[in-house]
Amino acid sequence: MNHLNNSSNHAQQGRQSQNPQRLSLINITKEYPGCIANDKITMSLAAGEIHALLGENGAGKSTLVKSIYGVVAPDQGDIFWDGRKVIIKSPSVARDLGIGMVFQHFSLFETLTVSENIELCLSKKQLTSIPDLSDKIRQLSRQYGLDIDPDRHVHSLSIGERQRVEIMRCLVQSVKLLILDEPTSVLTPQEVTNLFTVLRQLAAEGCSILFISHKLHEVTELCHHATILRGGKVIATCEPKNETSASIAKMMVGELAEQTAGYAKKQGTDTVFSVNNLSLSPLQPFGTTLKQINFQLQAGEILGIAGVAGNGQDELMSVLSGEDNRSKAETICLENQNIGRFSAGKRRKMGLAYVPEERLGRGAVPEMSLTENTLLTHSEGFVQQGLVQWKKLKDYTSQLITQYSVKCHGERSEAQSLSGGNLQKFIMGREIGQAPKVLICAHPTWGVDVGAALSIHQALLTLRDQGAAILLVSEDIDELFLLADRMAAVCDGYLSPVVQTDNTNINEIGQWMAGTFIDEEQSTMIDTSSTSPTPSQHSKKETQA
Amino acid sequence: MKALPFKLIPTLEARIEPSLIMKISSPILAIFLTLIVGSILFSLLGKDPLHAMQVLLVAPLSDAYNINEMLVKMGPLLLCAVGLAICYRANLWNIGAEGQLLIGALGGSAVALQFVDSSAWFALPLTLIAGVLSGMLWAAIPTLLKLKFNSNLILTTIMFNYIALSLLNWGVHGPLKDPDGYGFPESAMFSEATTLPLLFSEGRAHLGVLFALVLALMTAFLLSKSHLGFQIKVFGSDEAAAKYAGFSSTKLTWIVMLFAGALAGLAGIAEVAGPIGQLVPGISPGYGYSAIIIAYLGRLNPIGTILATLFMAVLYMGGDLAQIELGIPTAVIGMFQGVLLFFLLACDFFINYRLNFNKSNAAYAQ
Amino acid sequence: MDIDFITQILFAAIKTGTPLLLIALGEVVCEKSGVLNLGQEGMMLMGAVVGFLAAYSTGSAGLGIFGAIFMGATMSLIFAFLVLHLNTNQVATGLALTIFGTGLSAFIGSGVVGETIQGFQPIIIPLLSDIPVIGKIFFTHDLLVYISILLAIAIAYVTNKTRIGLILKAVGENPNAANAIGINVLKVRYLAVLFGGAMAGLSGAYMSLVYTPMWIENMTSGRGWIALALVVFASWRVGNIVLGAYLFGLASIMHLVLQGMGWSISSNLLSMLPYVATVIVMVIIGADHFKEKLLAPRSLGKPFNPRQMA
Repeated sequence: MNHLNNSSNHAQQGRQSQNPQRLSLINITKEYPGCIANDKITMSLAAGEIHALLGENGAGKSTLVKSIYGVVAPDQGDIFWDGRKVIIKSPSVARDLGIGMVFQHFSLFETLTVSENIELCLSKKQLTSIPDLSDKIRQLSRQYGLDIDPDRHVHSLSIGERQRVEIMRCLVQSVKLLILDEPTSVLTPQEVTNLFTVLRQLAAEGCSILFISHKLHEVTELCHHATILRGGKVIATCEPKNETSASIAKMMVGELAEQTAGYAKKQGTDTVFSVNNLSLSPLQPFGTTLKQINFQLQAGEILGIAGVAGNGQDELMSVLSGEDNRSKAETICLENQNIGRFSAGKRRKMGLAYVPEERLGRGAVPEMSLTENTLLTHSEGFVQQGLVQWKKLKDYTSQLITQYSVKCHGERSEAQSLSGGNLQKFIMGREIGQAPKVLICAHPTWGVDVGAALSIHQALLTLRDQGAAILLVSEDIDELFLLADRMAAVCDGYLSPVVQTDNTNINEIGQWMAGTFIDEEQSTMIDTSSTSPTPSQHSKKETQA
Repeated sequence: MKALPFKLIPTLEARIEPSLIMKISSPILAIFLTLIVGSILFSLLGKDPLHAMQVLLVAPLSDAYNINEMLVKMGPLLLCAVGLAICYRANLWNIGAEGQLLIGALGGSAVALQFVDSSAWFALPLTLIAGVLSGMLWAAIPTLLKLKFNSNLILTTIMFNYIALSLLNWGVHGPLKDPDGYGFPESAMFSEATTLPLLFSEGRAHLGVLFALVLALMTAFLLSKSHLGFQIKVFGSDEAAAKYAGFSSTKLTWIVMLFAGALAGLAGIAEVAGPIGQLVPGISPGYGYSAIIIAYLGRLNPIGTILATLFMAVLYMGGDLAQIELGIPTAVIGMFQGVLLFFLLACDFFINYRLNFNKSNAAYAQ
Repeated sequence: MDIDFITQILFAAIKTGTPLLLIALGEVVCEKSGVLNLGQEGMMLMGAVVGFLAAYSTGSAGLGIFGAIFMGATMSLIFAFLVLHLNTNQVATGLALTIFGTGLSAFIGSGVVGETIQGFQPIIIPLLSDIPVIGKIFFTHDLLVYISILLAIAIAYVTNKTRIGLILKAVGENPNAANAIGINVLKVRYLAVLFGGAMAGLSGAYMSLVYTPMWIENMTSGRGWIALALVVFASWRVGNIVLGAYLFGLASIMHLVLQGMGWSISSNLLSMLPYVATVIVMVIIGADHFKEKLLAPRSLGKPFNPRQMA
């Protein structure tokens, strides 16, 4: 099984091929100060082919597709389109060639309608060739089962619907190559199935699809070919249907590939933190209203909350951490004290630590040193009579850096100079270093490489075993199943019942992410009124102590 | 065919880490570029640029009288600029130093004029306190409006500058006008008891200048050493992080704004109780606006601000001399200040970026 | 108060509101693209002084207008280069532009302070001006008043009904997304800033060629700043801007009204009325912060750095 390719050999194939590929990349190289993002990458795609681009975070996938889509100009290398050499200077050139892209963070305009959003993507010529855009959208929507209403405003759409609008943009232009950047990371498992149906239909009609992912089972299910990147280089190519997830994982991460068999689940002890009937309107326009949220968090357990982005996680996190302290005092309880009105600083002093989703620009100040970023949340013992004891703080920071093996130039390094994974290890260490009773942790391994993710997982489990209560919010359902002792899902500001992880499965959680529990939940709310924190009707699923 | 070993047109590239050298040298580079533009302008006007620069920059430091006058200008500039530097650190766009200065002068004068015939020892402290409190009050209104009604701080502080000027004019034309002043819009001269003592036996440099220096140094110490200073810095550079850390934005906003108001108010009262000696309509030739430039030029750092103030005071003094010696309107100083800030902002770009003249990247050469 | 007095006051309100209308129309386009240019006052002053100098030296008010527009656009070009190419802070750069414009206008205008020129003559529109009261208030103005209204209609049409308006809105809401779908964000923003500058110049010319046909230092007395408040007050809607500009015009001449009604208040105190009105307006808009957030262009004041897209 030798997957390694001789790149020059491959390059010749691309050039001399009799049946020209739709897209061929020859020796694409892009360098940023300090790192080579793409190092002589050569690959090609045929018409109607679904091709996976695999690799860890930082392997160079995003840079490569941005080169294809004209967002980034490669330093060296050639791009051939339908056998013709092209220079893709800008996204509009890419669009004219017939390349469409669905971004991970969508490029939609929330204040505009679906049809206005689609119109903006079309050139004047394309626009005049379509007599009625709304009709065209409705027709394509039926044809592919996308279910899109052209007159709705984008801000009223769910994440899944927004992704369908992005795909519709490409369909209206009848693209010949569709690039999808981690499209499934924002979908419920059921939505993923629907997306795959659409993609297969498109491929059958001759559209090439470049599918970026790091979820291996999806790749084996969907893709015809795969190219695997590591450290900016093509490390292997394969046909996914002949491989297993494990064998592909090995190619992706090299020797590091240790498939964890899973960690032991634990039972919590006493309830230290509880949320009782929390309902709150959002602070931001287009935010999610939190609706009657109830749960209890016990010492020595990890409670995982699943959900598609934008279903109230951000709002919930800021209410729990105290960044938003508008909720009634008794709705949030930490060790029998009502803390709903307390500021984030006061809650932290009581033993509530928080690792936010945005590491730079919230969890850490980008242009400040690591020492200063330690002081951000950890002032206990480092401030005397209002003055900061910088010396002591520096020593402590250096110790944190060693303890959590944060790769950096030292305590003076600016937070923004660290990679995502290393910064996350630092923030995690800083929060754990305060010996919290409760740790709230949002998307801890998002965008982090496998090695860092492993050590972050380990740190969380250690903290749990020391008796802390951990609330883990993540969009990565696999991670939740791996770490959480109990689980729930959020949808549209509602929280589902909480179950033991061992007593549920990906299918049930997936349905909860899509909101199937909501009607049931609401009706029980009316029955039990607001006095009981946990609706009794769920006791069959609740297996708490 | 051998190509040049370097590129004629350099490419721009992001630096991996911001350049400390550029951070420090950017203001100096900006001053230098401004002077070049100034020289070109003077040549176009038919003046000898070297002579003009000599008048503008060297003459103000050439004799004791000029140095004294330069120090007199430094006082209010430094006080306003230190206050603004802290505001901008906290990302609070207070443009209202000018108005706070004027109201400080007006409020302080109202008290000082009660002591025209008195020699009470407490007259001067009372006058100064009244000035400081008036400045704080004038800063407090826009602060309150911002915190309670989310009104835009830039626009409210600007509006309060115009309102302050109207109030000052009303004061000198109305209630505070000298009854024996032959109808001139001026107050009576302050008594000895409400006038700031002079620093030297000659010239007009007064105690207010010393206040300014001491306050700037104290502020520098507190900013770098105190937890409060750290909180202000975080609040300004990353509001989300400040919120996450649990720092009270309301508290920080009040502290910073009132502090800036107090300093500007002190600047105002020190002007009328110092070199001017009475309340007049033209207290400030735009000190409050120049302080914006100074704060930036001093990198929002109180120590840097002292140096930047020195430069700006020389420029102000030079502007006065240039009008007398070269017949150039003093308005040229305002223009220079604008150009200076343009250049400073432009030079700061190279803190994070650099020009690359190398033909290819070193990584490929290997 | 008789009807003649009211007619006169409303006529003057429109006349006083016109420079605000002109500059606010430019600023609203600029802000819709996501750029906040606080240099309005500086550009307006430069427009005023250059307009006056051009008209004074050539004797042609038309050339004055042209010169002012050109000057305003040139000033905004400096701003655009710094903000769009070098990604400087928009607030600081705008302030620099105002300080620069204030100083430079005083400098180059110092020779003509107190000189007068022949300004624009009113154009009485036949028939319409004969309508009682309304005719006098609306149809006996100078050319620029009519032009300002036509411009308002044109801008309302372009921003709301055309593809250009859609692109402008898209860039203002999410420049990264706009860039990703192939819109040239920098070009759109450059054009929007330039348009804002040209309008500020024109507004300045209105001050020095029509409103008080002469040049005095700082003669715009904060109108550039008031216009910035006006745009927020109008929720970035052109129709509201027209209305708001005339209301502000009325507030600026309130002292005439009060004096006409026989009040005797110090003119120094009355001169603060437009500023006080602006503060009150800002309190009213700010109180409904949620709505303001909803209506403001999302990327307003935030830099867009195509270099960081990578």
